[in-house]
Amino acid sequence: MTKVKNFCIFLLPTLICFFIAFILPFFMGLFLSFTDFRTVTDATFVGLKNYKEVFSGGEFLSSLWFTVKFTVVSVISVNLLAFLLALGLTRGIKGTNLFRTVFFMPNLIGGIVLGYIWQLIINGILYPYGQTLLSSANYGFLGLVVLMNWQMIGYMMVIYIAGLQSVPEDIIEAAHIDGASGWMRLKKIIFPQIMPSVTICTFLTLTNSFKLFDQNYALTDGGPSGKTKMLALDIYKTFYNKVGSEGVGQAKAVVFFIIVAVIALLQLYLTRDREA
Amino acid sequence: MKRKTADVIIFLFLLVMAVIFVAPVFIIVMNSFKGRFFISDTPFKLPDETSFVGLENYVSGLAKTGFFSSFGYSLLITVLSVAVIVLGTSMTAWYIQRHRNAFTKTLYYAFIFSMIVPFQMVMFTLSTLANRLGLSNPLGIVPIYLGFGAGLSVFLFSGFIKSVPISIEEAAAIDGCSESKTFFSVVFPMLTPIAVTVAILNAMWIWNDYLLPSLVLDRMKYKTIPVAVQSLRGSYGSVDMGAMMAMLVLSILPIIIFYLTSQKQIIKGVAAGAVKG
Repeated sequence: MTKVKNFCIFLLPTLICFFIAFILPFFMGLFLSFTDFRTVTDATFVGLKNYKEVFSGGEFLSSLWFTVKFTVVSVISVNLLAFLLALGLTRGIKGTNLFRTVFFMPNLIGGIVLGYIWQLIINGILYPYGQTLLSSANYGFLGLVVLMNWQMIGYMMVIYIAGLQSVPEDIIEAAHIDGASGWMRLKKIIFPQIMPSVTICTFLTLTNSFKLFDQNYALTDGGPSGKTKMLALDIYKTFYNKVGSEGVGQAKAVVFFIIVAVIALLQLYLTRDREA
Repeated sequence: MKRKTADVIIFLFLLVMAVIFVAPVFIIVMNSFKGRFFISDTPFKLPDETSFVGLENYVSGLAKTGFFSSFGYSLLITVLSVAVIVLGTSMTAWYIQRHRNAFTKTLYYAFIFSMIVPFQMVMFTLSTLANRLGLSNPLGIVPIYLGFGAGLSVFLFSGFIKSVPISIEEAAAIDGCSESKTFFSVVFPMLTPIAVTVAILNAMWIWNDYLLPSLVLDRMKYKTIPVAVQSLRGSYGSVDMGAMMAMLVLSILPIIIFYLTSQKQIIKGVAAGAVKG
């Protein structure tokens, strides 16, 4: 009796919510990707038709390509700059705490607000040249990269700082006495020691960039003519801006999920490998 | 001597970066006091006699977006959801860790699995389901946040509970504590450090979340802050830049105040969440 009572108190509330907000929508989504539907209840089975449409229309693939380009550039630039800042902030320089506070701050601002902040700034920079953010897809691309850097650098920096601080002082000192130069110490001692932080930061920026939606939606809304549309935004627009393509939208979402899951499994594999 | 010069160069580099990091916020604040037609063309100019409009943008922005009610909805949804998530997932995680069997194990993996599923996968079905179930209001969205956000929180609590010695709980049981009494008066207080992390991570997510509230909530009645900001863009492409600037400032302000009062906790919580997630 108490067993049932405890189950009801401890598990049931979360379980019911988890079922409604995740399990049920997930499997419904999986099923609906093989159907034609408008409102979930009027689904008719169409087999792989939606998936064929996903890969035959150029939209999804060009969004995928844009997303991959953006992700690669963001992951490299964010991690490089975050690591540099972390190095600078672990030398006991005056004002370290204030700098850390400032660099981390943008991370707390929501994606929609971030998008509009940078829209104003980039349009302001382009204005004297008679251009706007929507004049060329390159501006949108650069804008997204700058925005992503502004938002993520402080976050990654904090993780790198924690990693750097856990490197034992005496190893570095020993290397110093042995005459290792600053670069050598960085390459041979510090870097191998903070590899776990590097893996974490790489995957955090990777998944965050790949799944980006709010910033993309607010900054360019995919413009000009859909050329800066990332995957998440493409799925959103397929669902809500095109009547009759809900099935295709759901199929895109499934493909999107599979890509994200593969990245996550890769991360799991890499981190577990080292811990074992 | 050499290290000193290096430090000076690094300090200057950090200073330049800090200016770059603060500048966008400063530019938004500056423009929020300029007339709407002086913003897009010359966003980098300080307000002068012709462009300065005082609080006009704030007045029109507040009127257009109903910012105060949005602030109220955002606050209500965030506080309630975070409270429910911390309570619900800590209990779930504890139950799973203390009752190891095939069912709880499956459940645990289901929670982990939900962490890697992007929102787009369940976006359409979840919002349809929520509407059918009558959850399209600020209270109804709370269980959705609990359900969709449970994965990470259960995972974080579980990791922490594994390191909590079971002997204390056994002692409590021998002293006649029921399972729920043991949890609330013995275990839960010990979970405080990870509970703070869970609360911060979820608060940041829910406060800034745009898609879920925009799809689930009845748009005519309830707008959270991100939804209100987005609604300023309107459907015809003409944006009142003055109102937009004022609303951006008002959206950032509470976050910055909160950040400055408890930044140590926030940075620690976010870093801890990242390392374990």
